[in-house]
Amino acid sequence: MKIKVCVNGQWYEKFIDIRISLLEFLRNELNLTGAKECCLVGECGACAVLVDGVNVNSCIYLAAWADGKNITTIEGIEKNGKLSDIQESFIKNGAVQCGFCTPGLIISSTALLNKKSNLTKFEIRRGISGNLCRCTGYQKIINAISEVDKNKCNKNEQ
Amino acid sequence: MYQLKSYTETNSIYQASEILINNENAMIIAGGTDVLVKMRDLKKSYIDKDLVGITRIKELNEIYKDKEENIIIGSCVNFTKLEENEIILKNIPILAKSSSLVGGPQIRNMGTIGGNICNGVTSAESASVLFALNAKLEIENINRKKIIPIENFYIDHAKVLLKQGDILSKIIINKKDYEGFKGVYFKFAPRNAMDIATIGVSVMLKEKNNKIEDIRLAYGVAGPIPLRAKNTEKLSINLELNEKNIDIICDNVLKETNTRNSWRASKAYRDNLIKVFTKRAILNLIGVDYEN
Repeated sequence: MKIKVCVNGQWYEKFIDIRISLLEFLRNELNLTGAKECCLVGECGACAVLVDGVNVNSCIYLAAWADGKNITTIEGIEKNGKLSDIQESFIKNGAVQCGFCTPGLIISSTALLNKKSNLTKFEIRRGISGNLCRCTGYQKIINAISEVDKNKCNKNEQ
Repeated sequence: MYQLKSYTETNSIYQASEILINNENAMIIAGGTDVLVKMRDLKKSYIDKDLVGITRIKELNEIYKDKEENIIIGSCVNFTKLEENEIILKNIPILAKSSSLVGGPQIRNMGTIGGNICNGVTSAESASVLFALNAKLEIENINRKKIIPIENFYIDHAKVLLKQGDILSKIIINKKDYEGFKGVYFKFAPRNAMDIATIGVSVMLKEKNNKIEDIRLAYGVAGPIPLRAKNTEKLSINLELNEKNIDIICDNVLKETNTRNSWRASKAYRDNLIKVFTKRAILNLIGVDYEN
């Protein structure tokens, strides 16, 4: 099957095997290995990407479904070689340890921050509840997201 | 790589139904959060299938009120949309609430209400709520359209009333089934996300002068299929809403539920949860803060 898909701002037209997931398409066909392969059943969130701005697990998303859609992976989050606010905040707050969950968490945080601002701790916890991390214990991740959210709100007020 | 034979994207119910009728091996896939997981597990009836995608069918993605103010929900509406939709939030917040408790954000972005019901599992978040709402289901195939009550849809664990070629297109909630009611859904699960319910309790209540005018008690994981405690509902009508009566109702519910032991929870624990959460739900609906 032939699909036409926009990944990180660039259009691709590719013949794909109908059996592959979006994750396999991104990693094997486009060499975008930022989205991680982990549980493969949609439980850990390491493979999260944005499809038309919506956060999904690419491991349980057929590549065929991506036809005509806009995909953003972790590689597309930085702009012109500059890390996004949330990426900077993760580094600053020590929210990255082994780093395996990080791409998925950055994607989920981005989706969350795009959707809403002035987030409560509960909303942040809920927003990243589809992503598992085994090293940081989440607090630093929550701090990192909270910081970006607060800075954004302050900027808007000024 | 998934072990599937073919995939066809359809853009009308007719087209999807036609494929299903002509091919015994064809199977519908909506959000995929269940089908793809089972396929990955190599579950026998889920591999080497000819999958038929239906999520791009426009009419299956709509939520609206018809002329009689019945609420119509397309079967491919996902949980995020249900959680945020104005019509749902305003008229049946109980469904928005239960939708918000499904899986995590990524699952809610993909999983559909129709898929959730068609699985036929008792723990489905939307199922017990739709039982409490007296939902009707519209099932279509190339020859006919029929509307059945959700209670008739469930036959047995993971078995629903769909023949090859049938597609669940709409979920209908009549005005008389939500107007004037207040509803609450409680899910009991060990964690706050990515969890399957140990018990799900949906209560819809209509009260007048502190008396029960109408009540609907629906349960998930209280039997092989979602169920209503109809005898208890009948005996509750016109009862005064005081703690003694509420306790009677809660005790009575257990005569109609059929819980079991599993690795998630024991029967005794589940029975206790049913009682506690039914009480909590009713008190919550009459404005009493209850913690026990």
